[in-house]
Amino acid sequence: MTIQPKIDTSPKVADEIRKTTCYMCACRCGINVHMRDGKVKYIEGNRDHPVNRGVLCAKGSAGIMQHYAPSRLRAPMKRVGERGSGEFEEISWDEAFDLAAEWLAPVRETAPERLAFFTGRDQSQSLTSWWAQQFGTPNYAAHGGFCSVNMAAAGIYTLGGAFWEFGSPDWEQTEMFMIFGVAEDHDSNPIKMGLGRLKERGAKVVGVNPVRTGYNAIADEWVGITPGTDGLFIIALIHELLKAGKVDLPYLMRTTNAPVLVGEDGLFLRDDDGKELVWDLNSNSTQPFDAAGLKPALHGEHRIAGQTVRPVFHLLAEKYLDDSNAAEHVAERCGLKPETIKRLAAELADCAFNKEITINREWTDFRGVTHKTITGRPVSFHAMRGISAHSNGFQTCRALHVLQLLLGSVEVPGGFRFKPPYPKPVAAHPRPHHTVTPGKPLDGPHLGYPRGPEDLALNPDGTAKRIDKAYTWENPMSAHGMMHMVISNAHAGDPYPVDVLFMYMANMSWNSSMNTRGVMDMLTDKDESGAYKIPKIIYSDAYSSEMVAFADLILPDTTYLERHDCISLLDRPISEQDAMADSIRWPVVEPDRDVRGFQTALIQLGVKLGLPGMVDADGKAIYTDYADYITNHQRRPGVGPLAGFRGEDGQGKGRGAPNPNQIQAYIDNGGFWMDHVPEDAQYNRPSNVAYQDWAVERGIYDAPQPYIFQLYVEPMAKFRLAAQGKGEQQPPEHLRERLIATMDPLPVWYQPFEEQGVDLDEYPLHALTQRPAAMYHSWGSQNAWLRQIHGHNPLYVSTDIWIEHGFAEGDWADLTSHHGTITVPVVRMDALNARTVWTWNAIGKRKGAWALDRDAPETTKGFLLNHLIHELLPPKGDGLRWSNSDPITGQAAWYDLRVKIKKAAPGTQTKPEIPAQKSPVGRGPDSLAYGKEWTK
Amino acid sequence: MTTLPTATQKKLGLVIDLDTCVGCHACVISCKEWNTGSYGAPLSDQDPYGADPVGTFLNRVHTFEVKAENTPAQVVHFPKSCLHCEDAPCVTVCPTGASYKREEDGIVLVNESDCIGCGLCAWACPYGAREMDQAEGVMKKCTLCVDRIYNENIPIEDQVPSCVRTCPAGARHFGDLADPTSGVFKLVEERGGMDLMPEQGTKPVNKYLPPRPKTDTAPELDVLGPLLAESTDGAGGFFGWLDRTLEKL
Amino acid sequence: MHPAKSIILFTALSGLGFGLMIWLGIVPGDKGTWVAAVFCLMALALSGIGLLSSLFHLGHPERAVKALSQWRSSWLSREGVVAIATMVVFTLYAAIWVLGGTPVALLGWLAAALAAVTVYCTAMIYTQMKTVPRWNSPLTPALFLLFALAGGALLAGKVTISLWLLAALGAVQIVQWMQGDKALGDSGSTMETATGLGNLGTVRLLESPHTGGPNYLLTEMVYKIGRKHAQKLRIIGFALAIGLPVLLGLVFEVKHMLAGIIVLMHLAGLLTLRWLFFAEAEHVVGLYYGKR
Ligand SMILES: Nc1nc2c(c(=O)[nH]1)N[C@H]1C(S)=C(S)[C@@H](COP(=O)(O)OP(=O)(O)OC[C@H]3O[C@@H](n4cnc5c(=O)[nH]c(N)nc54)[C@H](O)[C@@H]3O)O[C@H]1N2
Ligand SMILES: Nc1nc2c(c(=O)[nH]1)N[C@H]1C(S)=C(S)[C@@H](COP(=O)(O)OP(=O)(O)OC[C@H]3O[C@@H](n4cnc5c(=O)[nH]c(N)nc54)[C@H](O)[C@@H]3O)O[C@H]1N2
Ligand code: SF4
Ligand code: SF4
Ligand code: SF4
Ligand code: SF4
Ligand code: SF4
Ligand SMILES: [Mo]
Repeated sequence: MTIQPKIDTSPKVADEIRKTTCYMCACRCGINVHMRDGKVKYIEGNRDHPVNRGVLCAKGSAGIMQHYAPSRLRAPMKRVGERGSGEFEEISWDEAFDLAAEWLAPVRETAPERLAFFTGRDQSQSLTSWWAQQFGTPNYAAHGGFCSVNMAAAGIYTLGGAFWEFGSPDWEQTEMFMIFGVAEDHDSNPIKMGLGRLKERGAKVVGVNPVRTGYNAIADEWVGITPGTDGLFIIALIHELLKAGKVDLPYLMRTTNAPVLVGEDGLFLRDDDGKELVWDLNSNSTQPFDAAGLKPALHGEHRIAGQTVRPVFHLLAEKYLDDSNAAEHVAERCGLKPETIKRLAAELADCAFNKEITINREWTDFRGVTHKTITGRPVSFHAMRGISAHSNGFQTCRALHVLQLLLGSVEVPGGFRFKPPYPKPVAAHPRPHHTVTPGKPLDGPHLGYPRGPEDLALNPDGTAKRIDKAYTWENPMSAHGMMHMVISNAHAGDPYPVDVLFMYMANMSWNSSMNTRGVMDMLTDKDESGAYKIPKIIYSDAYSSEMVAFADLILPDTTYLERHDCISLLDRPISEQDAMADSIRWPVVEPDRDVRGFQTALIQLGVKLGLPGMVDADGKAIYTDYADYITNHQRRPGVGPLAGFRGEDGQGKGRGAPNPNQIQAYIDNGGFWMDHVPEDAQYNRPSNVAYQDWAVERGIYDAPQPYIFQLYVEPMAKFRLAAQGKGEQQPPEHLRERLIATMDPLPVWYQPFEEQGVDLDEYPLHALTQRPAAMYHSWGSQNAWLRQIHGHNPLYVSTDIWIEHGFAEGDWADLTSHHGTITVPVVRMDALNARTVWTWNAIGKRKGAWALDRDAPETTKGFLLNHLIHELLPPKGDGLRWSNSDPITGQAAWYDLRVKIKKAAPGTQTKPEIPAQKSPVGRGPDSLAYGKEWTK
Repeated sequence: MTTLPTATQKKLGLVIDLDTCVGCHACVISCKEWNTGSYGAPLSDQDPYGADPVGTFLNRVHTFEVKAENTPAQVVHFPKSCLHCEDAPCVTVCPTGASYKREEDGIVLVNESDCIGCGLCAWACPYGAREMDQAEGVMKKCTLCVDRIYNENIPIEDQVPSCVRTCPAGARHFGDLADPTSGVFKLVEERGGMDLMPEQGTKPVNKYLPPRPKTDTAPELDVLGPLLAESTDGAGGFFGWLDRTLEKL
Repeated sequence: MHPAKSIILFTALSGLGFGLMIWLGIVPGDKGTWVAAVFCLMALALSGIGLLSSLFHLGHPERAVKALSQWRSSWLSREGVVAIATMVVFTLYAAIWVLGGTPVALLGWLAAALAAVTVYCTAMIYTQMKTVPRWNSPLTPALFLLFALAGGALLAGKVTISLWLLAALGAVQIVQWMQGDKALGDSGSTMETATGLGNLGTVRLLESPHTGGPNYLLTEMVYKIGRKHAQKLRIIGFALAIGLPVLLGLVFEVKHMLAGIIVLMHLAGLLTLRWLFFAEAEHVVGLYYGKR
């Protein structure tokens, strides 16, 4: 009876597997692209790859639909209609380069700063920044200023590296893991894999987040904190731990600046060599911090050179032991119970000190002391934009790092550990460069870490040198630039107008801007003569995005499967804690249209402009394309974009002459290269001699850079000192008070600025966005599979608010901020901070974009919260408009947003409704049956 | 064919850990990606770039909120595909014999060339595990990646379902639930793996591991209390403590 | 459940056709050749059109014949096999009757029995669905059979019997509604059992798996119909199919015109009630989509 059909359980899968790197997000997983009949049949994760070890997220698996999306641009385009309309004419690459050069060459010869070159989701910043430097404009940055510079800069200044891909918890050994304000993060697959490991081992996961979804949904404990108050919460944890004496004193003495002496001016006491001094209890004298055999004091006052000096730890203890930081005093404000804060402090202490790990492995520190064992503290932390994207974000991120240090859990087993080329202290980073000479390159790299007021990008008259006003008194440590201010400043001609705005891979007229509507107006605004206020806009995108409609010239990129790319250690690493690694993309599919990899196009444009480094003495191209550059470019002798397979013989690791077969070697190796950190160099790396030596060998730096972690950040003290009236560079009067309050060299909490500026009775609620795991910003919506998962985005409203406003299923609401109102569908959610509403980020689309139908749900029921967020704070009545950013780094304060909500009439169209743009690529097909040719 | 085998040699299936699933939909897309170019008709999409995009998926992730009194609400991400039931009602209703359960491993499959697209099997399935492909008019369902798990063109370690291989959190496990020595069997034992809608009498092979109890309140502070016992009293007392402690180092 | 036109027509028309066969088989009466021919053709046409329309529901009608293979386990298969047998036997019976002048009682009885079994099989396709608690009850075959018998009787001009049958049908329909309305609740399936999360608290859907247009499961199995709308349709359907025919039958003498009107009314009512039979039926899969 049961005659089963015989089926083929061993069908052929692929003609060939090509191993490259995913680019549906910045996680950069290794992928095995299965090719069949010249088409992509199946994409799976590369098991050998250090980032994802075989797994893939939804976006990664939807690569097929991304690659074959109807929204792909087809050829270079010149605008023919009004800006914003989307009317274009396709042109040749020669014409495109001619136009670009016609606009850019005069700028370079006369006033290079009148080119603003900013890149968004750029994974080739070491190329794009170099290009901008060779062009000579000071106006370059990537998107970090509106993304997570608070996290990045706080990490560098405090630890010598940040969370995300620069380091991660020791997933294999940690026993308690706290994750603050993370929905997805850049390191999304590794975090998921790590969480999976913790679950397997039964470690405790605590999610601190107003919203309980995703990672927070599986957390063993959810701390549904009120947005913007994490700093208070963390400092309360510090308070409780200090009060109980649960801090790692030996660790603090050895690896941090806890014993370093601070003078009354807030600056470190230094010897003649500039070395920080500590008070040595053995000799009862000051000694350089790195001398061997010291017994440094952690408290006590001394009079030295006419001033009273105290160790950092002394200041720190006094500050945080103050009763105002006690759990009882902050809990309510954080929306938490004091008992919860105390219990969590106790659990952290329990884990760190009662579950101490000891590894018997000898290592030597930079003082020359050899340690027989390595002590581990199995508590670890991770945080991202939830604490970073606030105007008090830098200090909150700093507070978290200080907590980590007090627990002795950085760079130790069970704690948080870096990935090479990190850790890397501020000293190993450049300072910002901004000196312009027409016709010549800039004097050095644009972006760096200021050591004090002397590094600000200011003209003698106090005006900003950069179009985005990065490195000014308003945000002195804006280490990633401030891309979110470029369009509004260029439009206002403040500090000066630009001639050409050149952008790459950033949807600036849509989801990556605050005040989206306003930005569209600025991009299309004209002066009295009828000319656009921003005269020329060049843009590179691969798809028909909202931003495309606003450009005058489009340089169409390939998809990620069609181009060479390098994920370089000079840029953002993909390394693991115990290995340095980098990788490439290569054309696993040939483009079927007239598009070019942007990096290649950029180099070719550079050649056309005759930029130094890109042409030889005869004006001939040095690099034909990006692949050529990747192989042959040297940043420092022997050090280039790729670290692996260097030298003639291809054996060079980190250093070595260019190897003409390097790219092929990467391809043969699965698209990446990896080199393991020697065993004795794996922990305590800032002070570990073996690591320092290995890092030099590998070209990470040219001389050992041992350092101590910075509980106390001296550059901040310098800015504060200036604000107090000392020193040559002085801030404008109106900023002094704010600088003094916010530039505290020890982390502080202050109320987010928007909260300070609006009437909280009128705007009682917090409004947030979260990244959906299955979507990458705006570009997931063109993907036929992914858009079925998130085709629109309701506003999730806490049950309290739901009841308060009498909402019912299917209702719509008006959501209003100080800046505007949007009308959106609402959905109730219990597992949400009571005073908070939120939605998925960047699902809403402009009609006509992305080759979607005009009535696509993304345009009718989807919406952007960005319409409510302004790049400036509400007017304070002082005649000034302050930027809605962190006062230290300039990070855009997306999550400071305050709103009110009101029931609206049931709707069918979210508001504001932006008029449609024309699609330069037509619309997609009516149905799909991908893979039909391979099925019976 | 339409009758169920009295016993199967193996009970291959999935074990899905609700305590670990972060709801990322990776398994959903990986499943679509593999299956659209593999066994049977492609998984088509209608109006893929339009107002009502809808396509065939063999695995979908729901998100539920669970609330008990006096505890904060919980969110549970809930992936769902065919459970390869032992008493699969979808098989016995099939008029053509297209639906069948394999004797050797218990996989429930549709022989698409026999399927008339009547939809009865989808009606019979309590779990919504079958979807009719709108372009091909045949019934589609999770095949347990039958064309991967035995596929000799695939390295041995990859001979697992596409969704399992891709799951970043490791929330999906595949194996023989009839084999007490298998990983999946042990997981089910240890973690109290459960059946969905047991009252339907379908005897699902796939099991779900329930979310572990949350530790929002436990362990109580009095257990941990000593850890926070004040060694110090304000900064003054603190420095005294500091000296005493440093002495001991 | 999605009230698909093809299925409504199939069950309604084939039910009527087979119902008529039953009466023609058991009580052929002394009809003239032509009259017999018209009645027999009508029965064959109704059941034939019904069966044909069921093919429109199929993704692959050209393979329909495969549907006959699983009679040992599948009600749909059985229904197909028995329906064909019924048609064949009835055609033979009708042919002998019309051509030969007299019906063969044995064949008639056989055809009637087969017709009844066919209707029963049709009903069992729905009744067997544990997943649709409203259907999963002996009342479903009772309902289908009574519809067939009553409708058949009306068509066959068996006025008195039809009135009794309609009354019985009315009673069963009302009980079926009453039971059906709480069937999902009584089935024991809830969002909590569906998810296994009941021990953690009350479960509700936060996010549907996909936001796009309703997927196959939702269009096919989670048909939404407003309570008020359903109530109105129940009244209309009941009045047309049962109430008015009985009333008219009791008050007036049922002759040609009126008989025709009553039959049409009944048919309209039947289609309405059959539409409701599907539209009101909740599939437990709805629980995964928050449709309690
Ligand atoms: N409300 C709110 N707004 C936010 C945020 C938030 O949390 N809330 N987050 C902010 C943050 S952190 C960020 S980083 C920004 C992100 O915002 P964007 O940087 O604007 O990110 P995308 O929307 O991904 O846009 C990138 C553009 O790159 C294009 N692109 C994709 N692939 C390629 C390619 O291969 N080549 C080229 N040349 N182009 C390509 C896409 O088509 C798209 O137009 O959004 C910001 N906006
Ligand atoms: N799938 C996917 N992955 C991505 C991206 C994407 O678009 N899609 N984008 C990439 C980019 S550019 C970035 S910058 C990263 C960002 O990675 P994440 O930082 O994970 O991104 P967000 O979605 O902004 O998450 C912010 C989280 O913080 C919470 N939050 C908001 N305010 C507060 C607060 O005051 N306190 C606390 N504790 N939590 C708060 C929000 O609820 C949310 O869960 O993700 C990257 N990875
Ligand atoms: S996380 Fe996903 S989208 Fe990002 S690189 Fe990895 S697979 Fe690709
Ligand atoms: S891939 Fe894994 S974690 Fe993601 S939704 Fe599926 S089961 Fe859950
Ligand atoms: S889950 Fe549904 S389709 Fe799968 S075997 Fe069980 S009843 Fe059949
Ligand atoms: S749809 Fe196909 S597999 Fe399902 S019951 Fe009908 S014939 Fe069988
Ligand atoms: S086992 Fe295969 S067919 Fe089934 S859900 Fe997983 S990927 Fe899809
Ligand atoms: Mo970002």
